[in-house]
Parts: sequence; C-alpha cells; structure tokens
Amino acid sequence: MSGPSDFQPTNPALKWIERRLPIMGLVHSSFVAYPTPRNLNYWWTFGAILSMMLALQILTGVILAMHYTPHADMAFKSIELIVRDVNYGWLLRNMHACGASMFFFAVYIHMFRGLYYGSYKEPREILWILGVIIYLLMMATGFMGYVLPWGQMSFWGATVITNLFSAVPYFGESIVTLLWGGYAVGNPTLNRFFSLHYLLPFVIAGVVVLHIWALHVAGQNNPAGVEAKTEKDTVPFTPYATIKDAFGVSCFLLFFAWFIFYMPNYLGDADNYIPANPGVTPAHIVPEWYYLPFYAILRSIPNKLAGVVAMFGAIIILAFLPWLDNARTRSSKYRPLAKQFFWIFVVVCLGLGYLGSQPPEGIYVIAGRILTFLYFAYFLILLPLLSRIETPRPVPNSIADDVLAKHGGKVASVVVALVVAGGLLVGGTQNARAEDHGVAPPGNKWSFSGPMGKFDRGALQRGLKVYKEVCASCHGLSYVAFRNLAEAGGPGYSVAQAAAFASDYKVKDGPDDKGEMFERAGRPADYFPSPFPNENAARAANGGAFPPDLSLITKARSYKRGFPMFLVDFFTQYQEQGPDYVSAVLQGYEDKAPAGFALPEGSYYNKYFPGHAIKMPKPLSDGQVTYDDGAPATVAQYAKDVTTFLMWTAEPHMEARKRLGLQVFVFLILLTGLLYFTKKKVWANAH
Amino acid sequence: MTTASSADHPTRRDFLFVATGAVAAVGAAAAVWPLVAQMNPDAATIAAGAPIEVDLTPIAEGQDIKVFWRGKPIYISHRTKKQIEEAQKVSLSSLPDPQPDSARVKAGHDQWLVVIGICTHLGCIPIAHEGSYDGFFCPCHGSVYDTSGRIRSGPAPSNLPVPPYTFVSDTKIQIG
Ligand code: FES
Repeated sequence: MSGPSDFQPTNPALKWIERRLPIMGLVHSSFVAYPTPRNLNYWWTFGAILSMMLALQILTGVILAMHYTPHADMAFKSIELIVRDVNYGWLLRNMHACGASMFFFAVYIHMFRGLYYGSYKEPREILWILGVIIYLLMMATGFMGYVLPWGQMSFWGATVITNLFSAVPYFGESIVTLLWGGYAVGNPTLNRFFSLHYLLPFVIAGVVVLHIWALHVAGQNNPAGVEAKTEKDTVPFTPYATIKDAFGVSCFLLFFAWFIFYMPNYLGDADNYIPANPGVTPAHIVPEWYYLPFYAILRSIPNKLAGVVAMFGAIIILAFLPWLDNARTRSSKYRPLAKQFFWIFVVVCLGLGYLGSQPPEGIYVIAGRILTFLYFAYFLILLPLLSRIETPRPVPNSIADDVLAKHGGKVASVVVALVVAGGLLVGGTQNARAEDHGVAPPGNKWSFSGPMGKFDRGALQRGLKVYKEVCASCHGLSYVAFRNLAEAGGPGYSVAQAAAFASDYKVKDGPDDKGEMFERAGRPADYFPSPFPNENAARAANGGAFPPDLSLITKARSYKRGFPMFLVDFFTQYQEQGPDYVSAVLQGYEDKAPAGFALPEGSYYNKYFPGHAIKMPKPLSDGQVTYDDGAPATVAQYAKDVTTFLMWTAEPHMEARKRLGLQVFVFLILLTGLLYFTKKKVWANAH
Repeated sequence: MTTASSADHPTRRDFLFVATGAVAAVGAAAAVWPLVAQMNPDAATIAAGAPIEVDLTPIAEGQDIKVFWRGKPIYISHRTKKQIEEAQKVSLSSLPDPQPDSARVKAGHDQWLVVIGICTHLGCIPIAHEGSYDGFFCPCHGSVYDTSGRIRSGPAPSNLPVPPYTFVSDTKIQIG
C-alpha cells in the first residue's frame, strides 16, 4: 500500500495475473518488503493481535449465526441449544463471548500505547482518528452483541443504553421509539440488533483497511518517536515483524485460552443466565467491563442530558488529541512530566472502571465526580499546558542510535505486566456482579472445580434422585433431555437406562389425526416435563412466588466476592460461586428468624438468601430420600449431591471443556516456545 | 533431533524453522476441525431422528399415507391384488434398475409397500397413484415409478429407496 512495487514474479502464470491485477506486488510491498522500525517493542504486536481478534470474532460470529434464532421467545433457548447440542458449540460460544472481552482488552492496550508514544502526532492524525472510529464501532457492535442472548442483563442493558438517546432535546422520545421499533425493547429491537451486529464487524474491517493504509503511508511510529531516516533504522516486515507478531499473538492466545477453557463465565454476569423478563429489573444494572469507565462518567453527572453528553464526549475527545497535545517530542520516554501524568491517567481510567461497577451511592459518587474531572482535565488542561511548560530530554538522533543505546530483551517484564494488567482490568468485572447477599456462603470442596475437575458420577446419580423426588414437584429442568443422562461427562447411565428413565414420565404430544393432544410415555429425545404449564399457574400454586427452572440455576446465581478475592479467583480458577450459593441456600434455613427481623407472612427465614425471606419452604430434611449406595441420608449430603447434579445440568460439557483446555494449553506452550526461539534466531543478525 | 543438533549452524536453524512451521500448521489444521464439525446435525436433531412406529389399521386397501421420518416423506401404500400382481409379473430385464418386488417388501406382507417418497432424480416428491404404471409420477421432470416404487421411465436413475423398517405386529411397523 505504499506506492508501486518492484515485485516481479518469475512464474509466467503469476506474471500474467500480476500485469493485470498487481495483487502480489501489493501484498509484497505491504507485508514483506515494508520497512518497519527496528526498535519496536512488544506493545507494537497488539496491532497484529487485534487483526487476529477481528478475524476470529467474524469467523465464530458467522458460525454462531448459523445456529442462533433472533426471536424474543427463542433467542435464549437457541443459545442454550448451541452450547448443549451443536458439535463444539460450547467452544465456539465461549470463543465469541470471551473474544469480545479480549478484543477490548487488546484495543485498550493498543490505545494506551499510542497515547504514551505520541502515535497520534503529525503526520499520523488521520490514522489515529480512524482508530477512534474503529473503537466507536466496536463499542456499538459489542453492545448489540451482548443483547442477543436475551438474558436479563441483555434486556435491561438494551433498555438503559437505548434510553440514553431520550436525553436528546425535542427528538429524544422519537429517536428511542425508532431504535426500539415498538413501545418498549422487544422482538423488533432484537431483530434489528442482530442484523446490525452482523453488519458492523464488516464495516470495522473496512475501516481497519483504511487504518492500515494510513499507517503504511505515514510509517509506523516507534518507542523513540523519531522517524526512520536511513535503511539502518528499519528491517523488512517479513521475517522480522512477522515472527515477532506471531510470537506476540501466540502469547495472547494463551491468555485468551485461559478464559475460554477455564473461566468462561468470569467476565460475564450471572444475571444473563436468567431469560429476559420485562417485568423485573435486576438489582444492579452494570454494563460489560469494557464500558465501565464511561458508565461511571455518565452516573457522575446529576443531569440527564449533561451526563450523556459527558459520556460520549469522553470518547469523542480522543479524536481531538492530536491538536490538544502540541508538544514536539512524540514519545513520553523523553517527556519526564508527560510520562508521570500518563500513568496517573491510566490509574484514573482504572479507577473509573472500578467505580462504574459499584452502586452509585455515597463515597462512590464523590470519587466518581473527582475522577471524571481528572479524566477531562488530562485532555483539556494538562496536555495543552504540558506542551508549553515541559522541557523534554534530548531524543536520539536516529532509531539505530536508540537500538545501540539499550540492548537486551524485556520479554519477561512485558509478560508479567500483561498478566498483572489483565488480572486487574478484568478483575473489575467481578465487582460488577456485586450483589448484597448478606452472609457469604461457605466454600465447598467440589469434585468439578479446578482445571482437572470432573463430576462425581455417584453424586450426579444421587442428585438426580433428589431432584426427581423433591425439587421436581415445583421446579422444571426444561433444557435437559433424558438422552443427556446417557451422554459422556454426565451421570454415566447407559442408553437403555436413560430410555427406561424417560418411559416413567408422561409427555404431552400431538396433535393426532383427530387434532387432539395426547399423552404418551417419554422417549430419550424428550425434555424433562415442567411441573406447571406456565408461569401464572406456577405462581398461583406457590403463593405468588415463581419457582425458577433449575437447568441453569448454578450459573444464574452468584454472590459478591469482593476485593481482592476476585483477583485471586482469576489465578485459582474459582468458578463455583453458583454451586456454593445453591448448596448454602438449601442448608441455610433457620426455624426462627433472629429477634427484630420481621418475617413476612408465607415466607421462611434463610441465612443465605438475599433479604433472608424466602418463599420456598425448607425443602430437605434428613432421611427424606433413600440412597441405595450407602451415602449418608443427610441434608448436607442431599444438598451436595443435588448441587453437583445441577452444575452438570447447567454445563453438561464441562468435562470436555477442561479436557480440551489441557490439550490446547500443551500445544500453545509448545508453539509459543518454538516461536520465541525462532524469533530470537531471526533477530540475532538484526541487532 | 540428535542428527540435527550435531549438525552445523545453518541446519539447526533450518530445523527450528521447519519445526515451528510444522507445529503451527498442525495447530491450524486441528483448529479447523470444530469449525467444520459444527455444520453436522446437532445432538437434538439426531435424537429426534429416532425410530417411529406407524399403525397400519386405518389404511384401507388401495390407499396410502405419507408419514415423516428424519424430515423425509415416507409413503406407506396398501396395495391392491392387481397392483401386487403387476409388480410381480414384470420381467426384470425390462427394468432400468432391476429388482424383484420380493426384495422391496417384507415376506408375508406383500400388500404393504414402504418407500421413501423422494424422487431419485433431483429430490422432488412423486405423486402417488399417478402415471402410466399405477405407481408414482414425479411432476418435476416426468419420472414414472411402478407399483413397487421402481423406476420405469424418465430421467431418474434408480428405484425409490426402501427405508429400514420392521413389522412389530401385523398391523404396526417401526421405521428406523
Ligand atoms: S426430480 Fe423427479 S423427475 Fe426430476
């Protein structure tokens, strides 16, 4: 993309093509011969990482769209079917959902890198602005993608974010109605979001082409911030940058795989495993972690319109950066003051992210206002001021001089910085799910926790018995089919046993030739029948309370882990908030509410239930279910077994996920090691 | 490995490059597998393709019904004496896809013809009781099948396939 190339193929057929469409010359001049500064550090590999993430998101997204149903009544279920029934559906879904977070993680590093090294300065203003446009498009795409699973957070996130536009004077209401296609967020909204979510990534890809074009015209910036002048300053893109980028990408894939295979729900919100309910808002509405800083800015301003303007302004201001910062010196390496303020700014952004996840009350509001002021002050006051008063240190004469001045790799420090930054950034989301659950449930030893965790078959079989004899009278299990009982990684029944189990159930079928519905014995392909025909019937039979479907309950419940536990969880792969909570609630009944606690009529006191007043009577008591394998018939054992069983119903392919994860890690570590040594060999003669 | 490490410098470097490239290629190939495998029928679809039972009592002689199994239409015809005779007496050498009628029905149940109602030409659904052989006629490009579902004229290359089925009792079959 940097002018005509002198590349000439020797093969006559290729020559024939090249004369008519010089595509090989284009590739050669852009990705082979293209001169790249020889002093780039690993922060520069994030361009390649982002290209890979975009390609991966488009690939997995196109595949998921083959199985997804964009309809308000079916979207949630279709995603469960993807995860449960489609071959490797769980893998593709995890890749796409975690991929969105990884994409944002990488883009934030990429942006901070540009900020630190002054990559937005003359002659790269347009390159930078194109980047801001890509970021805006990413935010829109990510938001609409999050709506598609049609869980509680999807629905209420869509409601809150679209309502931002109602702040527009005069036209606000009309704009919002236009976005919804109805009187509220509903099926038309979901349909158009799906359509746009499919479209926008290709728009992003188009702008990325412009971004790379502009990059290849202006040339890459570099840590020294001085332009390449002679050939000694650069190395050809291939093999030097190619192999370095490949190594960077491979390291990033290791980080990515940690989430896909071991912590797929760490970045998500438990509430999104509850199907969308237009009648109930979750206690704390929080966006995905990558929007949190802007969400904090929105909430810091006590005026609706001003808040929305500030939020969008916080992003748009980035586009004006080339003109707000007039300093001649590009790289903050040589700007003693700018360097310090840069890190303060990073802390401000992280702080805003943390505050965005906290309830908007008390000290959090005040802190939010201070940080919002600091955020804008950095751009509007500090950077213009610094360019006048700061005396920069002398910059090296050339890139070659810069390389000679310091020699030696900083891979280790970069990797450590990456891991710590990753842990910190994504850790913020844990607080996002903070909910006041009163007493924290005690931790348990689960057979299925950790990277090698497996389900205890005996516990699964006993748990099924407890479900069937106790829970099933009020709670459905509608995403689980009888055939699942015979599938690998499950309770370990044979196909015949599962069929026999199914035939004990009566299932409604029809219509028959006369148009009538009839009952027949269950078959393996049937799903567990629900105890009530619909929600209203369930409520009527249960004193107004709706016993939730249990298929996903262990993923749909969580409790606040708090700082610093959520950071520790990232490394220990603690993922069992849901099971711990479910098992605690089953055992948390107390005969008498503590003095001073006003227990409402028809409720029971439970230590671990949020608010403590639960409508479900104590479900389990000692000796209630007879075990025939000698396990103790105690409430503690029942709770443990049924929770294990419900963890399996929530994620039937958990064992496959962890098994494949191990294989992928072994492979990626091998590949990363090889790439590291290859990179060293390639660069050996460049230093 | 041993030979490579005992060799001189350039060879060792080449070995490293080849090894890295090979591992990357294996990884890429393995990554393609799930991307392709997801296109196969999912577990719910496969489970829904389990065998079905069909009660034959409501089908009078000379009538037929169409049931669906694995998304395919299955014709179940209760053949008349005349139709059975026609099917049995035709000389095999005159057939494009020679097959005796006995190979297409279950022994002792000559009156029941069970075939997958998908034209072997390009997949249209032939109409029962039409065409010059009193069997099936495909309206798309004019293939004609006889009372045993065998191709007699037209572009279709082979007979209508017989699905796997068994007689559970004299009046009930299980398809699949
Ligand atoms: S599809 Fe039946 S004749 Fe062509």
